Amino acid sequence: MSDVVVDYHQMWAELGLDLPMHDALLEAVGGMYGATFMSQKDRPAGMGYLDFVMSEVHGLRIKELDDFRKSGGKVVGTYCLYVPEELIRAAGAWSVGICAGAEWAYDQVEQILPRNTCALIKSMMGFKLGKVCPYLEESDLLIGETTCDGKKKAYEELGKLQNLYTMELPQMKRPKDVAFWRSELVDLIAKLEELTGKKITAESLAAAIKEVNGKRRALQRVNAARAADPSPISGLDALLAVQVAFYDDVPRFTQMMNALADELEKRVADGVGVAPKGAPRILITGTPMALPNWKLHQIVEKAGGVVVGEEMCTGSRYYEKLVSEDAATLDGMLDDLAAKYLDINCACFTPNTGRVDDVIRMAKDLKADGVIDYALSFCGTYQIESAGVAKAVQATDMPVLRIETDYSAEDVGQLSTRVEAFLEMVK
Amino acid sequence: MVKRVLGLDIGSRSVDAVWLVDGRIANAAVADSGFDPASVAAAFVARGEHDAIVATGYGRHVARDSFGASVVTEIKAYAIGASALFPDARAVLDIGGQDTKAISLSAAGRVVDFEMNDKCAAGTGKFLEVMAKALGFTLQELGAASIEADSGVQISSMCTVFAESEVTGLVHRGEDRARIARGLHESISRRTLGALKRVGATGPLVFAGGVARNPAMVALITRGFAGEVLVPREAQLVGAYGAALSYLAVGGE
Repeated sequence: MSDVVVDYHQMWAELGLDLPMHDALLEAVGGMYGATFMSQKDRPAGMGYLDFVMSEVHGLRIKELDDFRKSGGKVVGTYCLYVPEELIRAAGAWSVGICAGAEWAYDQVEQILPRNTCALIKSMMGFKLGKVCPYLEESDLLIGETTCDGKKKAYEELGKLQNLYTMELPQMKRPKDVAFWRSELVDLIAKLEELTGKKITAESLAAAIKEVNGKRRALQRVNAARAADPSPISGLDALLAVQVAFYDDVPRFTQMMNALADELEKRVADGVGVAPKGAPRILITGTPMALPNWKLHQIVEKAGGVVVGEEMCTGSRYYEKLVSEDAATLDGMLDDLAAKYLDINCACFTPNTGRVDDVIRMAKDLKADGVIDYALSFCGTYQIESAGVAKAVQATDMPVLRIETDYSAEDVGQLSTRVEAFLEMVK
Repeated sequence: MVKRVLGLDIGSRSVDAVWLVDGRIANAAVADSGFDPASVAAAFVARGEHDAIVATGYGRHVARDSFGASVVTEIKAYAIGASALFPDARAVLDIGGQDTKAISLSAAGRVVDFEMNDKCAAGTGKFLEVMAKALGFTLQELGAASIEADSGVQISSMCTVFAESEVTGLVHRGEDRARIARGLHESISRRTLGALKRVGATGPLVFAGGVARNPAMVALITRGFAGEVLVPREAQLVGAYGAALSYLAVGGE
């Protein structure tokens, strides 16, 4: 990690970014990062890696992607964890999750999408229209998915601006749906092979499955440590680790997260934590929190609580389940991939009772004092599940606070009062 | 041993203060928040008649930073204050200047569930102020007119800005101002009763906050709520009282 400040403006200009706006974005996110993360007390030393990665989020990492592409590599951008990173890597490409966690260029977005679209989708379009995301511009192919109506239709618009391929995710989990999803994986293989000119083989896929499982195992370790009281890591830092997992170099990230987990396990053994023992412990469930959306975690932890888990796509749904490593043939691996990915409990499925079971189990395992159900406004699937989830969780004598919000700072005052009152209530 | 506790409820419309000595109310005061509620609160602090301060309301964090006050949320403060005044209370409704809170309590007076408006001031004291002005009434006249009216006009907008236009439109069409006033109160009451229902509130309900001084609102809530409704004499001071009491309950910080 060098102290040399490198000027990346040339690289950003070549990517076609809007330089003044991009500078403004970096300054805003940098300021937010400093205020949100660097002001935390007693952070694990291992977070230094993620601080560095974030300080180079549009710098060094983009340079790595740039160099990779200049040497003939292909970069694939994704928006959802249902798109299997294993297949992308097995084809020799790199997968990067594209950020959609901040309000940007809404004035342009609202010329294309309705105002009443969820913040995630508006942000996704805003980063493209505003020409401020180098990951998008480095992506040779974007892969969308039919997880909700909003994304499905917005991908049609995004696809007019960039090379985009949409996978059809079924909405139920019957055997015929798993078979259909497997056929979508087969189609994706053809698409990826066409992109990279490389065949996906049993060897390359087995290696990719192992590699990505390794990343998930490292995150499992980091997150398991949060069951301790006091928690050895803040919810903000743990959330950040999963957010970064979507786009960082896989072997390096895995190694650094295992090192972080070593440190956290030592902290737990020594009784070292980021919040006083007995601080209210909160599990958050709901809509994913794309980078740099740290709003709710910041409110909870500023109010004296500690977030001990995220039952969300930027949380347990990302790392909890592994792909079996037992299959020897490509066919067998595809079966395993299809089964693993359809086993994730997103609100886009009907029914989705597995999610409630996950929340109740995690609340127990992580010794949560309360659960916050989080939904972005206009995210219909999560908003509709919210009441049912709350009722089922409350039936286990676990208090629930339901929050609906977006990326703006407009409601932070009111939300803080509600969260503080919730923390007073659960303790 | 702390004998004298100052409870401050720093709200958007008023700053309320209660001085407790040995757990009993020794003094109380209410002042307009003006444009700088922190200075208004500072004037109460400057009296120096306290050994400890607990602040609540939206300005509570400023009080912590400026006077080293302990802080509690309005939810907890109102729950404690209402339970102290009415030990049988099982729910609290607080309609303040900028927000509305519906709180359900356990038999022991602990917060079981609560709801609060999140983004806008629809249905709060501020809403009534704006509407009174649009109708050419004072706040007192607005409440009185509502009680006099035999029925209410249906008001469809909850947004303060849109409701103001709607009211202006109704006045221009020659609609009776009293009936409009009644319609406005009914619209807030419907919304508030819905919030009480969602938190599972049962009676007795303590109706506190500045808007509880409005007899028209009290009548509508009493009529619509399925249990007993109790209005403290100093409805506006319940938050400050609860904040001060919270210091004694937890022994300070």
